[in-house]
Amino acid sequence: MHGVNDDDRVFKALADPTRRFLLDLLFTRDGRTLTELESELEMTRFGVMKHLRVLEDAGLVVARRKGREKLHFLNPVPIRLIHDRWIDKYTERHVSALAELKTELEGTP
Amino acid sequence: MTINTESSVTTQINRVYIRATPEAIWDAITKPEWTAKYGYGGGVEFDLRPGGAFRVHASEEFLAAGAPEIVVDGEVIEADPPRKLVQTWRMLMDPELASEGYTRLTHEIEPTDHGTKLTVIHELEGAPRLAALVAGKHEAEGAGGGWSWVLSDLKSVLETGERLGA
Repeated sequence: MHGVNDDDRVFKALADPTRRFLLDLLFTRDGRTLTELESELEMTRFGVMKHLRVLEDAGLVVARRKGREKLHFLNPVPIRLIHDRWIDKYTERHVSALAELKTELEGTP
Repeated sequence: MTINTESSVTTQINRVYIRATPEAIWDAITKPEWTAKYGYGGGVEFDLRPGGAFRVHASEEFLAAGAPEIVVDGEVIEADPPRKLVQTWRMLMDPELASEGYTRLTHEIEPTDHGTKLTVIHELEGAPRLAALVAGKHEAEGAGGGWSWVLSDLKSVLETGERLGA
């Protein structure tokens, strides 16, 4: 379940336009019910559930109960981990966040 | 930056699996020698009982950048080591953020077959500026990447002993 396998799940989950669309929906407005998500797609409820399951298994979506409703939240951490592991490595953007924060704070009137 | 005012759900959930014991993760969240090592740094001060005080002392870099001595404060609501920590949380980095008041933060720690699951639930009702900050929306300006960045860094520190990019 670890290392390579975790990344595999995330890449596989992202390798589908419907699932990327679902993530974009949650990015725009987080914490939606299945019914709300289904209304944005021309797909059966069952189909949307299947895609959500793949996203949940990859850790990209976290479902939580709120009263009688089950809300779906985007979990950005797996994408962050891939970013930190793969993207940073090849873009060499190792800047100091604090140095930039200092500049920003000092530049704020 | 525009804030989506349509949104009725203001809670943010970040979850990570870490190859470490629940106790080690609990310590990494509640002990200053650990909190100085990842994310925004700075040392926490926790009185781990209901009503107990919570403070984050600014790191030297933050102080040098003009941050106040206490950058975050709050109060413990529930402390159940090493499983659950519920608290209030107010950012004091600047007056606008401070004026949004206290938000509610929950850490849930749960062992699973594939590592310990850490879920951070931040309820950000009435705090749109803080919500943008902890979602990492100001990262390009150097304000850090919010919770996802903090948790990615915490995972790195606990699993490898080193920070990201170290």
